[in-house]
Amino acid sequence: MVKLLPLFVAVPLGGAFLLPVLGRIRALRLLDAIAVLLALFGFAFSLALVVTGGGGTLWIGNWDPQRGATGINMVADGLARLLLLTVSLVALVAVLFSIRYMERFTGKGLYYSLFFLMLAGMNGVVLTGDLFNMYVFLEVAAIASYALVAFGCESEELEASFKYLVLGALGSTLALFGIGLCYNQSGTLNMAQMARFVESQGLNPVLLLAACMFFAGFGLKAAMVPFHAWLPDAHPSAPAPISAMLSGVLIKALGVYALCRVFFNVFGLAYDAFAGVLMVLGALSMVIGVFLAVGQWDFKRLLAYHSISQMGYVVLAVGLAGWLDRRGHHATAALALFGGLFHLFNHAAFKSLLFLCAGATEYATGTRQLKMLGGLVERMPVTSACCRVAALSISGVPPFNGFWSKLIIVLALAQAGRFWSGYYWLAGMTVLVSFLTLLSFVKVQRYALQGESKPPAAGAREVPVSMCLAMVILAVVCVGAGILCPLIQGDLLEPARDALFTGLRYANMVLGG
Amino acid sequence: MGAHATLPFVLAVVLLGIGVYAIACKKNLIKMIVGVIVTEYAVNLFLVLLGYRSGGAAPILAEGQAPADLVQRAVDPLPQAMILTSIVIGLGVVALMVAMALRIHEKYGTFDLSLIRRLRG
Amino acid sequence: MSHSGMSLIVREVTKLVTGFIALYAAYIVLYGHLTPGGGFVGGVILACCFILTVLAFGKDFADRMITDAGAKIWDVFGAMLFLVVALVGYRAGAFFANFLPHEGNFRLFSAGMIPVCNVAIGIKVAACILGAFLALSVFRPGQVDEEKE
Repeated sequence: MVKLLPLFVAVPLGGAFLLPVLGRIRALRLLDAIAVLLALFGFAFSLALVVTGGGGTLWIGNWDPQRGATGINMVADGLARLLLLTVSLVALVAVLFSIRYMERFTGKGLYYSLFFLMLAGMNGVVLTGDLFNMYVFLEVAAIASYALVAFGCESEELEASFKYLVLGALGSTLALFGIGLCYNQSGTLNMAQMARFVESQGLNPVLLLAACMFFAGFGLKAAMVPFHAWLPDAHPSAPAPISAMLSGVLIKALGVYALCRVFFNVFGLAYDAFAGVLMVLGALSMVIGVFLAVGQWDFKRLLAYHSISQMGYVVLAVGLAGWLDRRGHHATAALALFGGLFHLFNHAAFKSLLFLCAGATEYATGTRQLKMLGGLVERMPVTSACCRVAALSISGVPPFNGFWSKLIIVLALAQAGRFWSGYYWLAGMTVLVSFLTLLSFVKVQRYALQGESKPPAAGAREVPVSMCLAMVILAVVCVGAGILCPLIQGDLLEPARDALFTGLRYANMVLGG
Repeated sequence: MGAHATLPFVLAVVLLGIGVYAIACKKNLIKMIVGVIVTEYAVNLFLVLLGYRSGGAAPILAEGQAPADLVQRAVDPLPQAMILTSIVIGLGVVALMVAMALRIHEKYGTFDLSLIRRLRG
Repeated sequence: MSHSGMSLIVREVTKLVTGFIALYAAYIVLYGHLTPGGGFVGGVILACCFILTVLAFGKDFADRMITDAGAKIWDVFGAMLFLVVALVGYRAGAFFANFLPHEGNFRLFSAGMIPVCNVAIGIKVAACILGAFLALSVFRPGQVDEEKE
């Protein structure tokens, strides 16, 4: 199965090349069918990888450094498998949703082409074991997402996309600068060989500068405060399935995954400052995101601010795990990292579902403003039920999945409070942020779902079957991940956690011995 | 490393700074695009400079030359491969930016950033 | 943009030069594994050849040579050729492996599938840049909308 890993990138790329041709010859049903098949293939393959625990290293073209070549490898360790599954799941659901949603736009073939380019890029980022190759795939996915945000070509979408483009290009350029510095110091671009170098020689000021560049570049992709300015404009302006992909997986695969991989496995958290900066960024994002979200009246803009806040949870947990692991408190660190990774998966599920519900609402009523919606619970039962499930998940209400991951993060912070009392304050802040999230979503429910319907919501009807199916799938995942958590943790989350904790010994797994 | 060996690197970073200044402080969309171009090319220049070896030859194997001899004398070809890819990526990004700026002009009638502010909050 | 092209001198010189530009592009693409160059650079030069024709003769004449749709077809062809070459590598054992004979050095056919990849990339890049040029050439300046401010 390892030999088939490049298919994760090759199959969506092939789709991206061929689908516009189908769109041109107006074979729209065939177009939808092929798009769903491609997404289904990706999902099935990633599920097979997770269930069998298969993985390993593949050197492209058999150009293996053991045989004296300079090659690029693909590594499918636990973290890669978790992210592949998340990306494929959200992509499948987004494709299902797009079948009817994108009929309101022109150029569906081009839409699918860009979508699969973004998917191929994200799969490539997650799988690759070479630092520059990660930058290339990151740019492929990012450029596709810039174009997708502006897909509707209305004036606001273009403005948001331009801002996203300029900031994204700046962030990627800084990341490339860091990669160049890393290459210069270690003489190699391969992440495993660089880990070997860091293990033997340690970090020097040049690598520290590269680390700062990575914080800026990948932090911008992950929409950490203070690099978040593009997200509140870009995510609402995109078409709803693209907002789901952007908030659900793009900021994770491009931002959080890249940060974790580089700082845990390549740099090995050699300085305390790395984990400390992650924690500070996470805490700031968490708090500022939710405070900015509380006053929003645009449904999708509110969701975008909450994305910043929830990503703050994940980065805070990951930073905490790194900090504690260096001090030898392995049990609490393991708990924190488990909570962070679980929240990453959960956030993909419930945030994508929320964006899809917002999209369904917009499809049916034509507006995103909460004050103009109302009474949707009678008119759109499936959408409202899914929206309730997602809102309860994100607010952390048992037994949905958000509750467990937030609980684990708060428990880890409280346990860490034994070592430094500041963590008790952080735990309290986390609970407060959860409470404010709950407040925002009570507001959403009150204004959008309950109340009496007034125009334009009065004319709303339930959305088509494929869109409902997409939302129901994610709602089932939200409930299932909450209830069946003990079943999935062994296959899905613990290998991911262990992959990050191996740190610099990642090189042993990849290069052998 | 003498001062004259680090000077190209310092100049590349200065160029990066000029690009970032143009992105941050200019009000015209086209000037921002030029700033992004300058930033990307400054980083490409920096990467190529990293591979340089004083008195080195181009990394092309001549007929009859031993590969080991080339490795000893040539500049590093890997940064050159890196910046080739990076230039192509830069081309894609700039083409997209220009297309978007033209579309924004069609919608808003201006390239002035202070007039293109319909998104708030 | 004027649709009738440029002056007589430009048109005559373009007629003389275009063939050589295309030949140079083909040389750079095919010898990409021996001399500096390769697929991307050759593709850009080939695109410049077409763009020169469009600029000198106007869009109406150039439409008879290659249209926007034609550029997209060649784009897809180049991309799929590259992907197919990478997938056929599985016959030699790994994704993207070099499955054509690649013995010897310094010869045109001594690098296996790399020249094929170069040709595919050259075609794709040429079509792509031509397509981008044609798409950007339909820009019309907009008006400031007074009542929306």
